Amino acid sequence: MNILELLENDGRLTPKELAVMLEKETGDIKAEISELEARGVILGYKAIVDWDKTDKEAVTALIEIKVIPQRDRGFDEIATKICRYPEVKSAYLMSGGFDIAVTIEGRTMREVALFVAEKLALIESVTSTATHFILRRYKDNGVVYKIPETDLREECGL
Amino acid sequence: MIDYSKILSQKIQNVKPSGIRKFFDLLNGADDIVGLTVGQPDFPTPRHISEQAIRSIEEGKTYYTANSGLAELREEIAAYLNRRFDLKYEPSNEIIVTVGGSEAIDASLRSLINPGDEVILPQPSFVCYAPIIELCGGKVVEINTRVENSFKLTAQELKSAITEKTKLLILPFPNNPTGAIMTKEELEEIAAILRPTNIAILSDEIYAELTYGRRHVSIATLDGMRERTVIASGFSKAYAMTGWRLGYVAAPKEIAEQMYKIHQYGIMCAPTASQFAGVQALRCGDDDIEYMKAQYNRRRVMLLDGLHALGFECFEPEGAFYMFPRVTDGTESCDSFCHRLLNEGKVAIVPGTAFGDCGEGFARISYAYSVSHIEQALDRMEKFLKNNR
Repeated sequence: MNILELLENDGRLTPKELAVMLEKETGDIKAEISELEARGVILGYKAIVDWDKTDKEAVTALIEIKVIPQRDRGFDEIATKICRYPEVKSAYLMSGGFDIAVTIEGRTMREVALFVAEKLALIESVTSTATHFILRRYKDNGVVYKIPETDLREECGL
Repeated sequence: MIDYSKILSQKIQNVKPSGIRKFFDLLNGADDIVGLTVGQPDFPTPRHISEQAIRSIEEGKTYYTANSGLAELREEIAAYLNRRFDLKYEPSNEIIVTVGGSEAIDASLRSLINPGDEVILPQPSFVCYAPIIELCGGKVVEINTRVENSFKLTAQELKSAITEKTKLLILPFPNNPTGAIMTKEELEEIAAILRPTNIAILSDEIYAELTYGRRHVSIATLDGMRERTVIASGFSKAYAMTGWRLGYVAAPKEIAEQMYKIHQYGIMCAPTASQFAGVQALRCGDDDIEYMKAQYNRRRVMLLDGLHALGFECFEPEGAFYMFPRVTDGTESCDSFCHRLLNEGKVAIVPGTAFGDCGEGFARISYAYSVSHIEQALDRMEKFLKNNR
């Protein structure tokens, strides 16, 4: 168990709390976190939101993209280009039947479909796309999407 | 109408019903209570452990095991005790797998106590020892541990409780409800008193994995103590496996052989699926212990800070997942305070007297709860205290 494993599960842990959990000094933890941030090992801290429980209209789609890799630059330049769009939530280089997998978030299916057709598909060297809409999120980032469980423990003895 | 008082055993009728039941009944009927009362882990059993039990059922391994437990489980227990606590027990005749730590305690007491024997019991402590000692015809000799000593048992207290009738010392550390632990040095002082005597020890080490900042030391590792010590422990607290009812005793073979008969005739064997889960826990569960312990430790520090900020006097507990703050200044009973806190503050904690008369003035607070739950309880306690100032 180390700082990264603990923070990956709960980004709100303070250096003091981490020090308690790892039985180390708070100052050492602070220094280690600063170093991990400076090296880009820790890239940020975010809340995990289930938007379906809010009023916000949002759809997410997984897009398979096939591209022709560019000479000398492989897939990186295309991927970088794709990542510049704020609609793109994640982008991965894939093994298997296609090259780049992207998740897109928009307000409606139409909005997402138009983004794919008008932006992604038009990027030079993209040869095809396939759009899969996510219908329900069961688990994301290691977190199961559900109503928090009630405490089932019973008072039994002491 | 049949006269039940004549039918029922006099001994069991003399055992007092648990006083805390009434308090818990109040809790069950009340809405919107933030409780810090439960004495079991809030984590689910790690999935890989549950899966081995499911697998064993699917493979049809639903027969009795050997009375003393699956051979592979006893071997793993011996290896675990050696790896984690430097203890050495022979799996074939010094370890018995029991139905939870509770059966381990029951069988230990029943194999050691003769009518008239005195059993020294540090208080406050878990509620099961005294009734079982009484059922065995033994006499409970209480030692009231003191907050000034961080609720540890001192050599002086032990010395003055020993008589020629003393048979057994119960050593319930890490302690429920206080969270007190005994360090190696403190145990050495206890051992020095016991060494020349014929007094046995029942060391209840169910919370042995949950100590913070230092490792638990078993008294059985000290010179001359193994031969007189019965260790009662189990899987409930370390691996979040309370409902599996799986524990064990480790004892010198002369004691284990006798205890075996009680277990064999009374229980037969511990549940088979639970035993397969136990094998997995001991083989692959060390990381789970570390994870849960780190979470408990975070809550421990947070709750202690919170209680101090509210003005409670509370010593720093180094074990288990309980805190035992002083909640009254002597003008009010802890029972009355806990009832007011429940009714007006909507927070439930257990009155210290539930664990023996010497718990008067104190209350047990469990931190086997999520951080946000504990924060909510502290917020409510703060409001309650403001309104009552």
